[in-house]
Amino acid sequence: MRNETPAAATIRIVKRLLLVVVGMFGFGFAMVPLYDVICDITGLNGKTSGRYAQAEPVPVEDRKITVQFMAQNSEGMSWYFEPNDAQVTVSPGEVKVVSYKARNPNAFAMVGQAIPSVAPNEAAQYLMKLECFCFQEQPLAPGEEVDMAIRFFVDENIPEKITKLTLSYSLFDITDYEISGDEITAR
Amino acid sequence: MSASHDDHHHGPAKGLTRWLYTTNHKDIGSLYLWFSFAMFLLGGTFAMVIRAELFQPGLQLVDPNFFNQMTTMHGLVMVFGAVMPAFVGLANWMIPMMIGAPDMALPRMNNWSFWILPFAFAMLSATLFMEAGAPNFGWTFYAPLSTTYAPETVTFFIFAVHIMGASSIMGSINIIATVLNMRAPGMTLMKMPLFVWTWLITAYLLIAVMPVLAGVVTMMLFDIHFGTSFFNAAGGGDPVLFQHVFWFFGHPEVYIMILPAFGVISAIIPTFARKRLFGYDSMVYATASIAFLSFIVWAHHMFTVGMPIAGELFFMYATMLIAVPTGVKVFNWVATMFRGSMTFETPMLFAIAFVVLFTMGGFTGLMLAITPADFQYHDTYFVVAHFHYVLVPGAVFSIMAATYYWLPKWTGHMYDERLGKLHFWLSFIGVNILFFPQHFLGLAGMPRRIPDYALQFADFNWISSIGGFLFGASQLILLVVVIKCVKGGKKATAQVWEGAQGLEWTVDSPAPYHTFTTPPDPKLIHAQ
Repeated sequence: MRNETPAAATIRIVKRLLLVVVGMFGFGFAMVPLYDVICDITGLNGKTSGRYAQAEPVPVEDRKITVQFMAQNSEGMSWYFEPNDAQVTVSPGEVKVVSYKARNPNAFAMVGQAIPSVAPNEAAQYLMKLECFCFQEQPLAPGEEVDMAIRFFVDENIPEKITKLTLSYSLFDITDYEISGDEITAR
Repeated sequence: MSASHDDHHHGPAKGLTRWLYTTNHKDIGSLYLWFSFAMFLLGGTFAMVIRAELFQPGLQLVDPNFFNQMTTMHGLVMVFGAVMPAFVGLANWMIPMMIGAPDMALPRMNNWSFWILPFAFAMLSATLFMEAGAPNFGWTFYAPLSTTYAPETVTFFIFAVHIMGASSIMGSINIIATVLNMRAPGMTLMKMPLFVWTWLITAYLLIAVMPVLAGVVTMMLFDIHFGTSFFNAAGGGDPVLFQHVFWFFGHPEVYIMILPAFGVISAIIPTFARKRLFGYDSMVYATASIAFLSFIVWAHHMFTVGMPIAGELFFMYATMLIAVPTGVKVFNWVATMFRGSMTFETPMLFAIAFVVLFTMGGFTGLMLAITPADFQYHDTYFVVAHFHYVLVPGAVFSIMAATYYWLPKWTGHMYDERLGKLHFWLSFIGVNILFFPQHFLGLAGMPRRIPDYALQFADFNWISSIGGFLFGASQLILLVVVIKCVKGGKKATAQVWEGAQGLEWTVDSPAPYHTFTTPPDPKLIHAQ
């Protein structure tokens, strides 16, 4: 036994427990970046990583992978939003450019933001984007129509069993939001 | 043996301020228990609205949005207002008496941790009368339902949860400090009654996860009012993250509601079987194992959100592993009863019903743990039946058993055994009519949280509602029993129950306002 009064012992215990409380409150918030890291490593939730900025890839001709494109509006989004090509077939390492069409049919200006998702989830980490409209906000004037490009390739390390993957974009209306540029490029 | 030598000490203050200013663990325990009973009736009223609406197909009584408010408020009030405060109340009353301490370690904080609770629930309930209505996103408040699409009153909900969390954390710190620091000489850790052990472990769970709950509602607050995007996909957040953080709190939370129940049952069964508890040490280790495992199984609540197969397998096996320590406990209770000279007073009836019905709830939990099967069961009435079986004839029955068991010690009078038995049988029959058909509804595909349903679900819902009304109405008997017992009745002896063991039975009935101001004779502890 320590040589201390009961009151001092109580204070010691309370201090330690309060430390645990503060620590666990912090841990709750630490789960946010932790979750992003885990998603990035495992491709959990079909999250793609941000802009690919390494050496240009070398195509591997002996494999073919079908990449399909989908588009959907999130609730309350009224734009016309469709891929221009339903699917393309690429070799791993082959850089391809495809595009989506978006039109703001309303009589007022709006800002859209596309959020990507890949199925199957484990393919997400092998889809590399050199350029993507999802890296920026998309402001459209009333009635304006744009073609929005993606430059991408499929990493050569993609598992053999994956022969087809789907890249899907959800378009959100962020006209009323203010999102900093840093947050978007992190996607 | 009696502790009446300190009778010269001052008694409770007079009037209403006694309850406002009290730092006495017995007063605060009573406050918690009465508050919890009031919340039990309030949450029960919400449940009655739900069952009345589901009595037959079609929309009869309430509009769907109000129905959603009822399911949400029922869950929140029962979890945070009824079950948790009831166990804290029992802890306040019994832990100091069980370990031979004069009071809790931090009596003033004890007063505060109780008195902020009524404010939290007043704030939460007030939303029912506001124009935007009460929270309607389910007690699990998944984002973005609880952020982007939430009624404006969600902010009141968030602050109410903050206050409840603060109350629980203070209560837990108090319990841990009391148990670690205030035990009478001779009361070693492995001599503590299991109720004290289970509460010590529960308190650690609370301290570990209530701050995470506070964190997740804080993130919601920021998403709603300060433009952050923790859970908003448009801004780079992820709604699935909400579910991970919530269930990291939520799964330990369900053990917070059941571990003290294990302690209560472990006290009652030996008393009425007139045998020592079988496997005391294994009970302690099993409780600790369950507490540890509770931190690594949270994703079994969200198998259907999309997870790598390795993750689903891990969470499936980890979840099934919990059946092992839980099985040890059930085995020990049955082994304690085996060849005991059993009598069946009301607390024992509730305890035996607990063992049987909680085990059934545990088995449906195992079924839900099977990942591929869970894809079928997810969000159906099967889940509702499962967690009501572990919470109502589980946690709630144990609280009722504890009430009947210790009521003579608290009031100094024996309760009306005839009414007690009536209350038990009506509750037992009612709870099974209420929840058993919900298994079938769930397996047939009826989703939870819907105000109207397809015709093929009509019969089982009708039966379930009748059981609900029966169970709900019989709880008023408990109120009558308690009030009668407080007012008078046969004088209770200090021992109360022939086979009862433990320090709380060495003090007079009713327990004097101050007990163990001098530590009990260590011989009393060794005799246990």
